[in-house]
Amino acid sequence: MSLATPADIGPTEFLAARARWRPVEIVFWLAAITPYFIAADYLQLAGQILITGLFALSLDLILGYAGIVSLGHAAFFGLGAYATGIASKHGWGEPLTGLLIGGLVAGVVGFGASFIVARFRGLALIMITLGLDQIVAEAANSMGWLTGGADGLQGVKTWPILGLFRFDLYGVTAYWYALIVTFLFFLLVRRMVNSPFGLSLQGIRENSTRMLAIGARNHAHVRTVFTIAAFIAGVAGALLTETTETVSLETLSFQRSADVLVMLILGGVGQLYGGLVGALIYMVARDQFSDINPQYWYFWIGLLLVAVVVFLPNGIVGGVKKLGGLLGRRGT
Amino acid sequence: MIGPVIGVLYDGFAYGMLLFLLSVGMSVTLGMMNFVNLAHCAFGMLGGFVTVTLINKFGWPFLATLPVAFLAAAAVSVVLERILFRRFYRSGDLDQCLLTIGVVFMSIAIAAYTFGTEQQPVRLPSWIRGSVLIGGQNFGVYRAFLIVVALAVTAVLVGALEYTRFGARVRAAVDNQRMARGLGINVDWIFALTFALGSGLAGLGGSLAIEVVGLDHSFALTYLIYVLIVVSLGGMGSIGGTFAAAVLLGVSDIAGKYYVPQVSAFLIYVLMVGLLMWRPIGLFGKR
Amino acid sequence: MRKAFALLAGVAAVGIASSAFAQQPVKIGMIVSYTGQFADTGIQLDNGFKLFWKQKGDTVAGRKIEFVRKDNGGIAPDVAKRLGQELVVRDKVDILGGFELTPNALAVGDISAEAKKFMVVMNAATSIITTKSPYMARTSVTTPMLNDALGRWAAKNGIKKVYTLVSDFGPGLDADAAFTEAFTGSGGTIVGATKFPVAALDFSAYIQAAKDTNPDAIYIWTPGGTQPAAIGKALAERGVDTSKIKILGQDELTGITAIKSMGDLSIGIITAAMYDYSHKSPMNAQFVKEYREAYNREPDIFSIGGYDGAQLIYKALEKTGGKADGESLIAAAKGMAWESPRGPMSIDPETRDVVETVYIRRVEKVDGQLINVEFDKVENVKDPVKEKMKAGAK
Repeated sequence: MSLATPADIGPTEFLAARARWRPVEIVFWLAAITPYFIAADYLQLAGQILITGLFALSLDLILGYAGIVSLGHAAFFGLGAYATGIASKHGWGEPLTGLLIGGLVAGVVGFGASFIVARFRGLALIMITLGLDQIVAEAANSMGWLTGGADGLQGVKTWPILGLFRFDLYGVTAYWYALIVTFLFFLLVRRMVNSPFGLSLQGIRENSTRMLAIGARNHAHVRTVFTIAAFIAGVAGALLTETTETVSLETLSFQRSADVLVMLILGGVGQLYGGLVGALIYMVARDQFSDINPQYWYFWIGLLLVAVVVFLPNGIVGGVKKLGGLLGRRGT
Repeated sequence: MIGPVIGVLYDGFAYGMLLFLLSVGMSVTLGMMNFVNLAHCAFGMLGGFVTVTLINKFGWPFLATLPVAFLAAAAVSVVLERILFRRFYRSGDLDQCLLTIGVVFMSIAIAAYTFGTEQQPVRLPSWIRGSVLIGGQNFGVYRAFLIVVALAVTAVLVGALEYTRFGARVRAAVDNQRMARGLGINVDWIFALTFALGSGLAGLGGSLAIEVVGLDHSFALTYLIYVLIVVSLGGMGSIGGTFAAAVLLGVSDIAGKYYVPQVSAFLIYVLMVGLLMWRPIGLFGKR
Repeated sequence: MRKAFALLAGVAAVGIASSAFAQQPVKIGMIVSYTGQFADTGIQLDNGFKLFWKQKGDTVAGRKIEFVRKDNGGIAPDVAKRLGQELVVRDKVDILGGFELTPNALAVGDISAEAKKFMVVMNAATSIITTKSPYMARTSVTTPMLNDALGRWAAKNGIKKVYTLVSDFGPGLDADAAFTEAFTGSGGTIVGATKFPVAALDFSAYIQAAKDTNPDAIYIWTPGGTQPAAIGKALAERGVDTSKIKILGQDELTGITAIKSMGDLSIGIITAAMYDYSHKSPMNAQFVKEYREAYNREPDIFSIGGYDGAQLIYKALEKTGGKADGESLIAAAKGMAWESPRGPMSIDPETRDVVETVYIRRVEKVDGQLINVEFDKVENVKDPVKEKMKAGAK
């Protein structure tokens, strides 16, 4: 992190410096395409990690950059998943517009919910988001005629992308598709948090009263970012529907809300890459531990979480940054 | 029509008492140290397994196992508190969440490894399992027992907090930790004891819960949401608030199932969201 | 890069060619939930499955059997689908097995159909599952089979008014529909019907509401797990006398743990099931004995599903002489009949679904032990939903 402040270099240069691509970021995204070349057997897993990573990124947008702790973010993931699935079941399985459908439905509901969310903080906010998610999940369960209820939605079929790339058993298409979509949304989010809008969000997170004093419209900002995050979560849900051709109530569950929060904290909150890294570490660890020991892998995952808190207080990305900082300082 | 109303209130109140025992410790630790302990229900689970083991393996009577469940949960919790949790009192909420959820995961695996994944069967003495017919209405004996135990615990708890020196220190620590330290109160020590007490009560709650809702290795997660609802509705750190919220949740859960089973799953959450929007700090919250 | 591809392709080609010559092991991929809310179901299923191979050894028709186990972690069709793909693509399994939960079985059905892999559903009990792939067979039971039989039996045996109380969950609704249709079709009346949420924990209010309508019987369906015990407790506490108000249900309601925690209050509950450990036959006595020795507990309906799942795979492999492709195995499985600890059973050659005896049992105290005593049975039961579909097609 550069230590320059706007006072030193002027606002435009400050934002430009923040937005500059660092070598480590380029390495990260190059690494994201290596599974295709070196771990072709793991492409299904890689695809689902990317989808979960995108979902975690959307949570980071509201948690890391606006300070909204949500235990109900799966509501938007699930809404996107169901919207796309229902469209597909009724004859519209085109994937790209499917993403838009999922994103829009989640975004519209998110916009509605943002009026509630923007007014609260702390434990009340956590429990309100959890409650709203449970209400949506119960609604989906009781509307079996639309959602297929507890058996999940049946009859979802995704058409080939652009009429060319079929979703295959090996997960090649799903992987590239998830990678490209995730990367595009990552670019969007990255641009957003490094804009004046992103800075004012962080101001609200740090001290909302002072932001009001300098004339920021806190509630309007929070509503905007919450709506965008809901849209992205909906896109992630839609991606899962399209690549697996299944939708179940589990996409809306408390479990999924809690899991994504755990992954994000594990990776590191408010550092842009935390969600992706957290999803990667958590899901790979889960996959490996449960292969070794299908019954008791929970123990090792639990130990991993405890160890990260003990040794890397700002999550994995935070810890690595700190380590990098130490090494860098020693070098100079 | 009067009969069912009384029955529903009775069942709901008893269920609420169970939730109160499981929740009160978390409320106090959250209010006092601002420590988010998602592993709270794991201590409840521990108490439950202590009871099951003592009854099934060693043939103890049910009642005799309850104090042991309390002590075991309290002892294990204070060990964890001293070696692990207390290092994170100054960490952010999110780190605390991750730490304690990690402990929950480990506890689930340990329980599954030690006791298997089946429902733990417990046979209680027959006098406690039946029901009494009063005015054409059945009243479960066990629920009466539950209510008596919980009310006794509450009385002791409130009495101890209001009228003892220890209680005064705890209240001081909850209200203003820094001031309490300044007055020479050993807040760390107070907190360790309170933590043990709260976990012990959860252990007791876990033992008492077996007869009503059963016990298996996932208990630590199953009840977490209910406990969180009670704590947030009651207001962190408020014993009276936790009590009121637990009763409210218990009664509305049972009443919802009885009168409007189609929407009973919604009811709890609609109620919670509505109440929190009205009073974000909880019914009896101070901050 | 192109070189790398050529190399990979070469390796793959060698792999395929060599497998045609050498007798490589047959790989079975098991997708089961070993953790989460349904962990116990999965573990019992896998125990039954493992016991079979322990008895028979792990070689069939000269080919060694290898197992890959994957944890589904509960209802999660997206995970199930990925695990199915990984088993086929990465682990190169020949056979897919397990599946205690309907949504997961449905999701993997697609993989079985696309990859042409033999798939054995060892518990999930929704009728439509087996229509998902032409390479799929089932060794458990379907929910409608049991409840159709129970509904007819109830109407014939003096029960006129029934209150139904079922889990708001796909199989629960299927069960309810099958029971209600068979019962009212035979002249009975439903006096009230309630659905409770899948995650319900305390049942006293539901039982009280049912009791208030004064029915001859209360029909209850629950997916198992913690619920049967909780229902038993609620029945006891609400003072439901099973000699006055009969309690009807499907196997899970009087499962082993459920009976234990209900105690004497479970006496008189009537259930329909395809298996109970107390079933009287020499083969079952042997099975229960070995099961107890291996796992220190009684086998249940999930164990028998897993056990016969292994049995079907074994017999099909024997018949194909070790050929493990989907086409050969499903052809061998169709019409396969054998004697199981549960009694005679077979695989319907048309629907690939199970055909077996449904037992009507009542909980009684025998030598101080609470047991589901079989007192009536319906033989050669087929899934009524598929029979209806067939009749409709004709």
